[in-house]
Amino acid sequence: MDMKRDYYEDIQMLPSAWEGFWFVVLLAALALFPLLGGNYYCYLANLIAINAIVAIGLNLLVGYTGQVSLGHAGFFAIGAYTSAMLYGKYGLSILIALPAAGFTAALFGFLLGLPCLRLEGPYLTIATMGFGMTVTQTIGHWSFLGGRMGINTPKLQILSWQLSKDTEIYYLIIAVAVLMTIGARNLVRTRVGRALVAIRDSDIAASTTGVNLTYYKTLAFAVSAFYTGVAGALFAPVLGFISPENFNLITSIVFLGMVVVGGLGSIFGSIAGAALMTILQIQLSAVQDLWLIGPLISSISTRWFNVGGMANVSNIIIGSIMVAIVIFEPMGINGLYLRSKRFFKSWPF
Amino acid sequence: MLSQLIVGGLAIGSCYALISLAMVIIYKTSEVLNFSQGEMAMLATFVSFYLLADKGLPFWLAAILTLAFALLLGVVVEIVFLRTAKNPNVLGLIVITLGLEMILYGVAGWRWGPDQQAMPFPIGNTEIYTVGSVTFSRISLWVFSLALGLMAALGLFFKYTRLGVAMKATQQNHLAARIMGIRTKRILSFTWALSSLVGTVAGMLIASSYPLDVNMMMDPMMKAFAGGVLGGMVSLPGAAVGALSIGVIENLFGGYVSLEFKSVVAFAIIVLVLCVRPSGLFARHYVKKV
Repeated sequence: MDMKRDYYEDIQMLPSAWEGFWFVVLLAALALFPLLGGNYYCYLANLIAINAIVAIGLNLLVGYTGQVSLGHAGFFAIGAYTSAMLYGKYGLSILIALPAAGFTAALFGFLLGLPCLRLEGPYLTIATMGFGMTVTQTIGHWSFLGGRMGINTPKLQILSWQLSKDTEIYYLIIAVAVLMTIGARNLVRTRVGRALVAIRDSDIAASTTGVNLTYYKTLAFAVSAFYTGVAGALFAPVLGFISPENFNLITSIVFLGMVVVGGLGSIFGSIAGAALMTILQIQLSAVQDLWLIGPLISSISTRWFNVGGMANVSNIIIGSIMVAIVIFEPMGINGLYLRSKRFFKSWPF
Repeated sequence: MLSQLIVGGLAIGSCYALISLAMVIIYKTSEVLNFSQGEMAMLATFVSFYLLADKGLPFWLAAILTLAFALLLGVVVEIVFLRTAKNPNVLGLIVITLGLEMILYGVAGWRWGPDQQAMPFPIGNTEIYTVGSVTFSRISLWVFSLALGLMAALGLFFKYTRLGVAMKATQQNHLAARIMGIRTKRILSFTWALSSLVGTVAGMLIASSYPLDVNMMMDPMMKAFAGGVLGGMVSLPGAAVGALSIGVIENLFGGYVSLEFKSVVAFAIIVLVLCVRPSGLFARHYVKKV
């Protein structure tokens, strides 16, 4: 069933007519979603889509090229502040501010990629982490960008169309997210994507077969930063208010968690990981209101723990999921999906 | 002014140095980058706060119990989280310790809440000595001498004891060490216990002069990590020198250039140093052979 007969079949975007059909169904479902879900569910979907763009971008770097980054909150912040400045302070259209934010982040990604060329392991981690913290600190002390108090972002407007409600912003975000997903899928099946995977598997072997390491490693940083910057630009209007608090080290850790939980080197996995982590974060931030678990945790809190620190339960759960995924299912949600697919295909054997 | 800043930098730098030694001990033996070092120390420090403030134990007893808790925590973490992972790669190990950091942070935050506490410490912060134009408190003198003593003890431990040599052997070649009869799994547990102990000493020293809350180890751990990387991440004296110089440079930068960007300067130095020497100052650059 899955047999590939030639090379062109291997690199097709949509391998069969069935998959094309399901793709159209998915697009229709995404387009109709605001009619069924209310404003709140659209807000949730917006956050998921934004995090999915970041996760795909980070996966291109971590999962496909094998370079660890703990500084993606920095690119996210650069994108968010660039777009908020361009359309908030200078009144440019979001259609210009969005790519501008992406390219600004990509420029910083390129610059960070240069010193990171020779680094690996702990050295690469500390360099990217330092980059992320430097960006946050710089924003926090720069009064032009609102400093530690943060800035309000005005409502979006495309030509004469006011995007004031979450259901309206949804269309913009989903359109961008679908385009970026297709872009990433297209990238990894081309020459560039194969070069990145070759670098991940063995950079020495890749360079001996003619892959230009300098070019492709910095390219991976730049593309990854572009994705994250665009996501940041979309994040600012969804929240309506941004401050350096939104872009701290925990944000970077959660981004990396999304990629690992979803599955390294898988675009479907990135989206699934982003959805899972976003929903968990939102639901667990008000853990006492949850059905069944909420009262239990409240009573544990009053008995042995501290009611004031109950929000920290979300850290425990998200951390446990990250650890459990690495220990039990290193391929993440994508691995679970592949395994269950294989199980049903060969059932009852 | 200058000597005063240097003395202040050495005092905080010696706390960084202890944490950075704790991270290097683990990285040397098992190549795990322990991001949860700070939170392990923070949790143990909160345990000592609980024993001192809520149970009213005398300080020496609370300190001994805390250190015992730290040893136990290190062993439990190694057995539950690291040993169960089957052949994880570098990224997998980083994600495990990052997840562990979030778990420990969540547990401490859940139990003690977001409020700041004052650690009841037997040595006050108010006694001040003056030598020439430099003033320093009695507590910073204690911090500095305790840190130096512990570093020296660690150096001697790795050089002269059987256990220390066995740890070095495990780091150099896991398989050969096993063949020579070293119980490498037990060595790894012991490594985590030792590192947790060293980190906890640093945590209690930091809590003596800074407010105690769940975020207290975030910043020191980053600086300690930076110091360790500066020293090459595999060399104990390198880590100590790196962390001390981070403390001094950061204090000088804060005093003369800009107080606001004080905490960024450590990372700027790191990136510049790594550009020139990709494996830190004290480690030989390891060139992969094919």
